[in-house]
Amino acid sequence: MLKMRIIPCLDVKDGRVVKGVNFVDLVDAGDPVEQAKLYDKAGADELTFLDITASVDNRDTIYDVVRRTAEQCFMPLTVGGGVRVNDDIRKLLLAGADKVSINTAAVHRPEFVREAAEKFGSQCIVVAIDAKQVAPGKFEIFTYGGRNATGIDAVDWARRMTQYGAGEILLTSMDRDGTKQGFNIPLTRAVADAVPVPVIASGGVGNLDHLVEGIRDGHATAVLAASIFHFGTYSIAEAKAHMKAAGIPVRP
Amino acid sequence: MSATVAIVDYGSGNLRSAAKAFERVVAEQALGLDVVVTSQADVVAKADRIVLPGVGAFGDCKAGLESLPGMVEALTQQVLIKARPFFGICVGMQLLATTGREHGDHAGLGWIGGEVVPLGVEALGLKVPHMGWNQLEADRPDHPLLQGLAPDAHAYFVHSYRFVCADPAQRLAHVEYGGAVAAMIGKDTMVGTQFHPEKSQATGLAVIANFLKWKP
Repeated sequence: MLKMRIIPCLDVKDGRVVKGVNFVDLVDAGDPVEQAKLYDKAGADELTFLDITASVDNRDTIYDVVRRTAEQCFMPLTVGGGVRVNDDIRKLLLAGADKVSINTAAVHRPEFVREAAEKFGSQCIVVAIDAKQVAPGKFEIFTYGGRNATGIDAVDWARRMTQYGAGEILLTSMDRDGTKQGFNIPLTRAVADAVPVPVIASGGVGNLDHLVEGIRDGHATAVLAASIFHFGTYSIAEAKAHMKAAGIPVRP
Repeated sequence: MSATVAIVDYGSGNLRSAAKAFERVVAEQALGLDVVVTSQADVVAKADRIVLPGVGAFGDCKAGLESLPGMVEALTQQVLIKARPFFGICVGMQLLATTGREHGDHAGLGWIGGEVVPLGVEALGLKVPHMGWNQLEADRPDHPLLQGLAPDAHAYFVHSYRFVCADPAQRLAHVEYGGAVAAMIGKDTMVGTQFHPEKSQATGLAVIANFLKWKP
């Protein structure tokens, strides 16, 4: 039986891990490779790096982080942030990433997702969607870390991206990110039920019940969290035990 | 000169993780093997063990393999004639089939009879690709590649097509995903995994170690 995945996410800036609270007020939380090794040992099912390096001059730092991580961690690794052209994807895959996530660039030019999936295969193309509720039951996608409204409906967009070849959707509830109030379940469920590919729920995890809700109620097949793991509030083992007790299949 | 493990590079995705995983096992278990990533047929022709990775579409991978001068011939000679141990990973395993039915029909290497067909589990409400960790169920628990694995061993999968063996005895292990899906196949000196051993943490490294120590 396929198990539901728990994915710690490390926000990486200039080669260092930072944590996001509504994408501002960043706090340094250590070396990404060391953290990756800890999560590997702890039994995390996958690992995600989100590169939030702003300066073009420092963009290459992520390749070194990915390379050093892939040499030591034999687990699936997804890298997102600043992926704009096929050459970015090629470099990340060559450095050792298994999947790359595309966000803003897909909104600017949706055909990029189609081209990337054709070139590298759907299995390594994740489309990251940042969405906010704009009216009851109505969700809109935002770009540039949640700053820019696009007017695009999140469910329609997710469906379109999978038609273009996305092999997975990383869905972040922007209005929940950093709040510790749990995933936006109506959003997660609407997207997960609309697409044939796996959906990773993200944004807002503050306790272990939230992880259960993302899967049981949101119909995601993976849950992503950052701060609850980084700062030791909960361990991966505690998260798995809690999910198992709630009847969700997890890897021992 | 130590024995060589050749990982065939035919432009199908990243081989760094696979090479690092094999190197790690060689170092940890002091196996004294040289792990080389190569696109040269003459290197494969001298290798003692051969690994064929693969990500992407069946037809693209087959075309990529055939684009390397003399590579299919070298592989055939090494595996079918000289019976060198061979390990196909993901699409590298699928290429062993007679036919791949992904984006049209494509001839595979035909070394292990069977077809590669869509998972076809959408109607069951299951997501495609089959992505994540699934529990291995041994069909041939006696096979050397399956030795020493925990009874609840899990491996990491990401694929949308599955290998259906013409001879069911050649399916060594399976996972449940809307029915039985081949997780490991084998015949003579050939084995293949649908999962990614280089991404399957301790379970994956154990399978790699079993392969490297296998004396069929």
